[in-house]
Amino acid sequence: MSLTPDDVKRIARLARIETSDAEALATQARLNTIFDLIAAMQSVNTDGVAPMAHAQDVTQRLRDDAVTETDRHAAFQAIAPAVENGLYLVPKVIE
Amino acid sequence: MKWETVIGLEVHTQLATRSKIFSGSSTAFGAAPNTQASAVDIALPGVLPVLNRGAVECAIKFGLAIGATLNRVNVFDRKNYFYPDLPKGYQISQLAKPIVEGGTLTIIVPSTGSGQSEERVIHLTRAHMEEDAGKSLHEDFHGMTGIDLNRAGTPLLEIVSEPEMRSSAEAVAYARALHSLVTWIGICDGNMQEGSFRVDANVSVRPLGQAEFGTRREIKNLNSFRFLQQAIDYEVRWQIETLEDGGRIEQATVLFDPDSGETRMMRSKEEAHDYRYFPDPDLLPVRLDDAWIERVKSTLPELPAAMQARFQNDYGVSAYDAAVLTGSRALADYFEAAAKACGQGKLAANWVMGELSAALNKAELDIARSPVSAAQLGALIARIQDGTLSGKLAKQVFEGLWEGAGEVDAIIEARGLKQMSDSGELEKIVDEVLAANAKSVEEFRAGKEKAFNALVGQVMKASRGKANPAQVNELLKARLQ
Repeated sequence: MSLTPDDVKRIARLARIETSDAEALATQARLNTIFDLIAAMQSVNTDGVAPMAHAQDVTQRLRDDAVTETDRHAAFQAIAPAVENGLYLVPKVIE
Repeated sequence: MKWETVIGLEVHTQLATRSKIFSGSSTAFGAAPNTQASAVDIALPGVLPVLNRGAVECAIKFGLAIGATLNRVNVFDRKNYFYPDLPKGYQISQLAKPIVEGGTLTIIVPSTGSGQSEERVIHLTRAHMEEDAGKSLHEDFHGMTGIDLNRAGTPLLEIVSEPEMRSSAEAVAYARALHSLVTWIGICDGNMQEGSFRVDANVSVRPLGQAEFGTRREIKNLNSFRFLQQAIDYEVRWQIETLEDGGRIEQATVLFDPDSGETRMMRSKEEAHDYRYFPDPDLLPVRLDDAWIERVKSTLPELPAAMQARFQNDYGVSAYDAAVLTGSRALADYFEAAAKACGQGKLAANWVMGELSAALNKAELDIARSPVSAAQLGALIARIQDGTLSGKLAKQVFEGLWEGAGEVDAIIEARGLKQMSDSGELEKIVDEVLAANAKSVEEFRAGKEKAFNALVGQVMKASRGKANPAQVNELLKARLQ
């Protein structure tokens, strides 16, 4: 499979990356080399092999259900551009 | 044309853990903004999620309670989208390998009009663990939006049904049964005002008899059973009218406005998100082993279905009554305590579902805060059973209990509510009534059965409700023969 320039533009838009047509073309070529690699891997016969969700065959470690964090919002918000009444302020978004 | 409605529900239940699903922040509701948002919750660079065992155990409990398959290996995925209350730019969820698959929930659909209430089994598709997002506050902050991340990372179990409901009544019955179950097994506090139980409804219509589904629209974030019903009813009407006017339904996400009672489009399929799911490399697969599942199983209470069967067996109540009485654990426990106290299951069921429920509804009280205890109600029913009280007098004693006037026997004594047991006194009243109502006596002898009831009524009235109705019947019959 290979990507069209439109695919590249769509992926860029989903990732909120602004791209010019020229950049999309250049990126398309580079992404397609990655897809060639994937295509090569796809040609391996994996019938009867269960897909792995992670590169290592290990299991998730769990923590006990206990509150261990304390309120550090003042420190966190010291680097926020705009804060009011403990809230982070962001440009207005209404879906 | 006849139309059929098709409904599937997706319910987000907030799991009743102390801490968040991937961090040690508190999940307590109502804290000051951002005071319960740790470095993990606000997605500072370099942090890693660590899964909460308690959240997994809630999901296991749910899977066991609905007889589902528990996936021994289940996997977290990233669902990618941009929104300010989702600081990582993705939500950690489960797509391809959720923890719970399949399972069923039995619902009781209330009768419409004269019909019988109907039992139905609804199949569930899946239930998966995920994290909640933060909250966006759109009140005016100088033209900006305020973000509170206290809720970010709160564990959710998203429970998805098959599209098997065929009316808003069925959808509500399913939502109620699910609400009752998750609170029953203690995995969710069920508080709908606080958003602990949020319902999305996928609704479509099709000509009756058609095999394929119509195009569905999804109504998001319904936080009351009443809104669920109203939203579906409106949506179904709208879809049928649109189709009958020659229009087409476009797949879309809609919101319900409780003020207007209407649904309106939030986004169409064209603008729909492309979430680009992939397995989260920060989290390893979760493995459940039999020993763990058994341990969790041993902590489950008796489930509503088992309890319903037992109530029918032990107390002789109907299937419908058993379902109503197991609407919540508090109600079931109350009924059982009252039934045990008086040894009269059927009568206890009638009182709990009748007089008590009506009084609680009127006072807007939960069963847990009932002014009349189960032991008191049991004692009251015992006094009906032994003939001390008639049903009518018992209602007066119940009022006394409700007002906190003391225990059953004390109220009977203090208010003089004891049923007349002195047959000499009753005979006197009966004779007086017969003498004063010669016309009714004549009519009865002429074959008018109704006249007999009138005489019973007169005797009850003359005794100020204290006569034993059975005794009155007997005496009257004897006198009139």
